[in-house]
Amino acid sequence: MTGIVKKIFSSILTILVVACLVFLAFAVIPGDPAVAKLGTQATPDKLAALRHQMGLDIPVMKRFLVWIAGVIKGDFGTSYSYSMPVTKLIADKLPVTVILTVYSFVIMTALSIFTAILAARRENSVMDRVIQIVTQMIMSIPPFFGGIVITLVFGLTLKLFMPGGYVSYGNNLPRFLGYMFWPALAIALPKSAMAFSLLYTGLVTERKKDYARTAFSRGNSTKDVFYKHLLRNACIPVVTFFGMALADMIAGSIVIEQVFGIPGLGRILLTSIQNRDYPVVEAIIVCIAILVTVSNLLVDILYRVIDPRTAISE
Amino acid sequence: MKKIKNRDFNFIVGLILAMIVIIPALIGTVWTPYDTEAMNSSLKLAGSSLSHPFGCDNFGRDILSRIMSGSSTTLLIGIGTVFIGAVAGTLIGALTGYYGGLVDDIFMRFNDVMFSFPSLLLALVFVAVMGSGRIQLLLALGLAFIPSYVRIVRAEYVRARNLDYVKSAKLAGASDMRVMFVHILPNILKVLMNSILIGFNNAVLAEAGLSFLGIGVQPPAASLGRMLADSQTYLFNRPGIAIAPGLTLIIMVLGISLVGKSKTITEI
Amino acid sequence: MLLHVEDLNIEFHDHIIPETVVYDFDLDMEEGEIVGLVGESGSGKSMSALAIAGLLSRHDAKKRGSIVFEGIDILNCPRETLRGLQGDEISMIFQEPMTSLNPVKKIGWQVEEAMRIHRQATPEQRKARAIEVLTHVDLPDPERVYNSYPHQLSGGMRQRVMIAAAMINTPKLLIADEPTTALDVTVQAEIVKLLKRINKQHKTAILFISHDLSLIRQLCQRVLVMKGGYVVESGPVEEIFESPKEEYTRHLIESIPKVEL
Repeated sequence: MTGIVKKIFSSILTILVVACLVFLAFAVIPGDPAVAKLGTQATPDKLAALRHQMGLDIPVMKRFLVWIAGVIKGDFGTSYSYSMPVTKLIADKLPVTVILTVYSFVIMTALSIFTAILAARRENSVMDRVIQIVTQMIMSIPPFFGGIVITLVFGLTLKLFMPGGYVSYGNNLPRFLGYMFWPALAIALPKSAMAFSLLYTGLVTERKKDYARTAFSRGNSTKDVFYKHLLRNACIPVVTFFGMALADMIAGSIVIEQVFGIPGLGRILLTSIQNRDYPVVEAIIVCIAILVTVSNLLVDILYRVIDPRTAISE
Repeated sequence: MKKIKNRDFNFIVGLILAMIVIIPALIGTVWTPYDTEAMNSSLKLAGSSLSHPFGCDNFGRDILSRIMSGSSTTLLIGIGTVFIGAVAGTLIGALTGYYGGLVDDIFMRFNDVMFSFPSLLLALVFVAVMGSGRIQLLLALGLAFIPSYVRIVRAEYVRARNLDYVKSAKLAGASDMRVMFVHILPNILKVLMNSILIGFNNAVLAEAGLSFLGIGVQPPAASLGRMLADSQTYLFNRPGIAIAPGLTLIIMVLGISLVGKSKTITEI
Repeated sequence: MLLHVEDLNIEFHDHIIPETVVYDFDLDMEEGEIVGLVGESGSGKSMSALAIAGLLSRHDAKKRGSIVFEGIDILNCPRETLRGLQGDEISMIFQEPMTSLNPVKKIGWQVEEAMRIHRQATPEQRKARAIEVLTHVDLPDPERVYNSYPHQLSGGMRQRVMIAAAMINTPKLLIADEPTTALDVTVQAEIVKLLKRINKQHKTAILFISHDLSLIRQLCQRVLVMKGGYVVESGPVEEIFESPKEEYTRHLIESIPKVEL
């Protein structure tokens, strides 16, 4: 238990360090947000007024302290280009990205486990080999191209969903989830293929171990031996990958939102980068840092749950 | 890696696939069938023909030419990224892993934090800080990929530090620098080689991703990611505009990853 | 007749040249009988035992002859019928107690497994039965063992757990494949004593496989001696000990260390 507490503590520290680095990075780079907003033709007076309004005339250190104090309270300041509180700006977009990431993770987990067991049960069969080749190819598909192909095949040709027909989760949850399945699939596919090959190797190794024979000797069906006995053991070395995949999926979500016209963090992050709207960019990066850290923490806990030996030996 | 291992299916197929993209890309650095940026309104969204095998895009630009030039950009950025990442990563990893101590501890804490972030996101942050453009993109990606190399190289040096051949080299009076880069480095090349190939693929995908998002290679210069982004509007009528650059990416990545998995590379 | 094995031949096909590991194996067992199967490693004794337990996968190994357990043809019956016997009528324990238990599942779950598969019972009934068998195999503090993971137990305790799990449905036949080889000498003797008691109390027939004739002598009524895939000699234990017909058997008897346990 103390291990978990330590992890939580260092996670909070990590987020704070990231927050500091991000702020300082944007504070020291050349380029004036006021100029970016008003254009180069603006009069010095107007620029000075705007700088004052944005708080840019305050020394960096003081600005930093004010900002970090705000962050701890959940206040990220005011957006330069939208002139509204950043927290309010991203509050309804963050859940969309989080849901998309979690959705992709669930699809990846289910798909990789199902196919890995399907192939491992019939090791060296024709189907096993076909699955091996197909996964090798799927692994190489970048999510944004996968998304385009999915739009083309399932959206435009088979008409299983309407491209660009995003519905907010507040309006119609079932339709939201139905639409989000496709982008989630695009993110999940290449990761599933990687998870598949790791799980497959694990399952084939576990299948040869003594306890698998014990399980058969008790009258288990092959399916039960795989799902009830081998799977959890085969997952232990794959958990680390699952953690990295989860973090990668956050990045994947931000990209794939552009393909499917989803109003998550991705779009506002991109426009804010282009507009040099630093408060928004900083806030989103801190949010992502929190997501990444939390997912690492979850994986760490998952690891302890799956393998009782690590929990005890602590 | 003196010769290709006997019947190394992965290596041969991988190499052929990679070459299908790399050779036209190399040609693309000096010559393309058409000017990549020349627009021709009469050829807007033209289908494939003898003179334009992959057709033309919404500005009437030849897609084959743009793919050749785009993949050469991707290739160069990929190589540059891996170069920056591997060289800086090896230096940092070697020094921290070999000497250990407090500096190593602090560095590793920091590196682990960086490593836990997806490299695409790191690169995105760097681009946000430095602005977009080819050089910035190259730097951003290079920086973003350093942590993964530091991790791998440092682990190898920590392991090597206590091995007999290192101890005997030290006894023989070799300087630390000599031990690090003459004695240990050649022994970790195998591990490094593999991560260079994987890293190259990740860099290619990250570049395409950033360009797709519009913050990588800037128009009108051709890039595979940008072509994919632009193709979306015409997806229903001219899916070829999306399929061609997409397949180019997949073939290159698949080829390199097959080579990376092959016996010839993994059993040097 | 509980078990009738006739003319069993086992051939492996996982290499280019098929490899026969068991030739013309015959065995009859009555209810409640303890039969020993002795031989060096590679003599085919474990393969024969796995075939009887229905654990040789059907596409790796080719089997000829017949194995009939209570009128059911183990080699040719449908998979479901075979599974119905495994863990219910026929149970098996193995040589390596360290690796024969699933490392990520609690002991209780594993002991109850055969009951969960073959019997209708509430979780409370299952747990009561599991505690009962754990107590029966002389495990101290069965409640604690029930909630433990395998890595928290010693080798001897794990083998007792394996026996408890095998006995939960009181099978008619228990196949013990070198169950004491991996354990130290004092624990060996205790396990043999335990098997003897189980045989007496539940009339469970035991096929005891070992390379150690002294253990066979302590436990079994009859013994089969195997060498190079063939049964070279068989008969009542005392008879074989007093007048071994084969040079090989004599050799095995002579190699027993002359220390009584």
